Amino acid sequence: MHILVCGGTGCHASESESLLSHLKAIVADKGLDKEIQVIATGCFGFCEKGPIVKIMPDNTFYTQVTPADAREIIEEHIIKGRKVNRLLYQDPENKEHIADSKHMGFYKKQIRIALRNCGFIDPENIDEYISRDGYEALAKCLTEMTPQQVIEEMKKSGLRGRGGGGFSTGLKWEITSKSVSDVKYVVCNADEGDPGAFMDRSILEGDPHSVIEAMAICGYCIGASIGLVYIRAEYPLAIDRLKTAIAQAREYGLLGNGILGTDFAFDIELRYGAGAFVCGEETALIHSMEGLRGEPTVKPPFPSVSGYFEKPTNVNNVETFANVPVIINKGAAWFASIGTEKSKGTKVFALAGKINNVGLIEVPMGTTLREVIYEIGGGIKDGKKFKAVQTGGPSGGCLTEKHLDSPIDYDNLIAAGSMMGSGGMIVMDEDDCMVSIAKFYLDFTVEESCGKCAPCRIGNKRLYEILDKLTKGNGTREDIDRLRNLSQVIKDTALCGLGQTSPNPVLSTIENFWDEYIEHVTDKKCRSGQCKALLQYVIEAENCVGCTACARNCPVNAISGERKGVHVIDQTTCIKCGACLEKCKFNAVFIK
Amino acid sequence: MGQVKSLADLRKIKEELQGRMSLRENSNNPESLVQVKVAMATCGIASGAKQVMDFFIEEFEKRNIQAVVTQTGCMGYCFAEPTVEITLPGHSPVVYGYVDTKKADDIIEKYIKNGELVDGIIPVNYETIEKK
Repeated sequence: MHILVCGGTGCHASESESLLSHLKAIVADKGLDKEIQVIATGCFGFCEKGPIVKIMPDNTFYTQVTPADAREIIEEHIIKGRKVNRLLYQDPENKEHIADSKHMGFYKKQIRIALRNCGFIDPENIDEYISRDGYEALAKCLTEMTPQQVIEEMKKSGLRGRGGGGFSTGLKWEITSKSVSDVKYVVCNADEGDPGAFMDRSILEGDPHSVIEAMAICGYCIGASIGLVYIRAEYPLAIDRLKTAIAQAREYGLLGNGILGTDFAFDIELRYGAGAFVCGEETALIHSMEGLRGEPTVKPPFPSVSGYFEKPTNVNNVETFANVPVIINKGAAWFASIGTEKSKGTKVFALAGKINNVGLIEVPMGTTLREVIYEIGGGIKDGKKFKAVQTGGPSGGCLTEKHLDSPIDYDNLIAAGSMMGSGGMIVMDEDDCMVSIAKFYLDFTVEESCGKCAPCRIGNKRLYEILDKLTKGNGTREDIDRLRNLSQVIKDTALCGLGQTSPNPVLSTIENFWDEYIEHVTDKKCRSGQCKALLQYVIEAENCVGCTACARNCPVNAISGERKGVHVIDQTTCIKCGACLEKCKFNAVFIK
Repeated sequence: MGQVKSLADLRKIKEELQGRMSLRENSNNPESLVQVKVAMATCGIASGAKQVMDFFIEEFEKRNIQAVVTQTGCMGYCFAEPTVEITLPGHSPVVYGYVDTKKADDIIEKYIKNGELVDGIIPVNYETIEKK
């Protein structure tokens, strides 16, 4: 039997490492270490309920397992064959315990291509990767196909860049292969920077060899012998696993000179990023790798023509690479049969925000937002009402109820005023204020702007200030028009993708939540209660018994009134901390 | 392990790990495979269920039969231990009683390979909750 324990960062943070060592110790203690193997795997995606433990072969899926549960799992399940009911996943609707992941709503609608090995193999064991057809695609390319044939296959598959832009991967490879130069480079963009997005990290942590293999295939196609992974230093576990994987691949001769008995040579090195959002943009990324400031430059020239140290450079995202070996093994036609007309295959999304099943999912292109949020995501937390979903990170936009049934693909999302982005999906409920959300993203872009071009450096700052004015109750109708105009100017004039897309959260919230903006400026009201400056704490005379609890707890002495008499809050002194509301036992304090 | 020099070398590694990985691969689709559940409660183990289970696991590998062998708790037929429940794909489960390695051999050869019933079936006289 195999006991698989999730070793992704999410579960790591919930003590999965200590759980792993407990399980191993108990198995050894019982003398079962020959029959039972305890294996650390990559992310299962169901991070909401981590740490995850899966028992094979009966496919039992345990959630939220603590180190203290290890003994019970071994003694009850492994030795006596009785499943530990309290650790099984509970269906939120009918409260039934579900033993098998196949029957969980979370996994039912998913197709796993890029995540095929995550949560299945031990990422630190190259043999397990090989046993799942690993490096066969590379062998097939090197021995049976010419670079041009591989590129044709990639083009036929319809794979588009998963980092957000959605450019055809095959075409990119073809352009780089046609650039004439003595040295060329393959670069893997692992600078995942969208708030709330973690799919690239999970792939590198759970299946690093798939990226290594794909980079080698790309190297073969474009004529490069050096691969570079640009990875953020904030991903220590991913870096660790990648280093282990590279060392193993070298030992097996799958990296280095004369790979698989051919004269093809390829090796991979790591380059660390310091975590700047703009470095996800390929020209800025290349400058950062060269040791310069992480600033973008005007394209063209595209990196495919002149990139790393002015040599032709092919930059692809982690998830894009993870799809490549499967396409070669199973064929372009198979891959193209999944998805929609113009967006093929699957997409990994990181679900976050006010949703029940926070985690990592992979669905075919064309799945609707409703399926993702309600069927896989398990709906909105605490039974609240869905308000919006933010896709594409700070470059994307907010989609609302009316977009729920439109299929997700590159072109549909752009038509709806958002974008695919790298795949972060943040769900918001009725308690979120859309003006504050726009402000949050602008705060992020202001912080992350490299400062090279004026529209982004100054324009975004001004956008932020106007939004801040709105949330403080000082906004006017003209401010909304100003937001719109300025946004358009920034979009038209900024130098790189960061600046050109940074006004998107503002524009899409104005478009979809016009009423809320108007409320903020004309009625000076925030319906969700998020904008503190627009709130008033008031004491209802009828309910107030004069217990003085509120007055005693007010940090600024804004509440006055006699004992056993009605109390009053002085609005000019009140700092809206909410202490009175919390302390009142008679429901006399309310928010207006 | 030395260097991997060809596709054949890769396939060799893959084959070597087949046994280890097929356990995991198969458990993703248990209903398409032969499922063998061995009752491994105190009564079963005392009557030799452990040897029977080992026998099934080893023989399936030797005879190249794709099957999932799992243990389960007491089925309630303590008089007939060791008991084994076999589910062929698309068939209802069948429970055999008094299974020793010789009987197990019979079950593999006749029932699992050819679908011929073997003596010693315990009639099922209960309904599970899911069926109701």
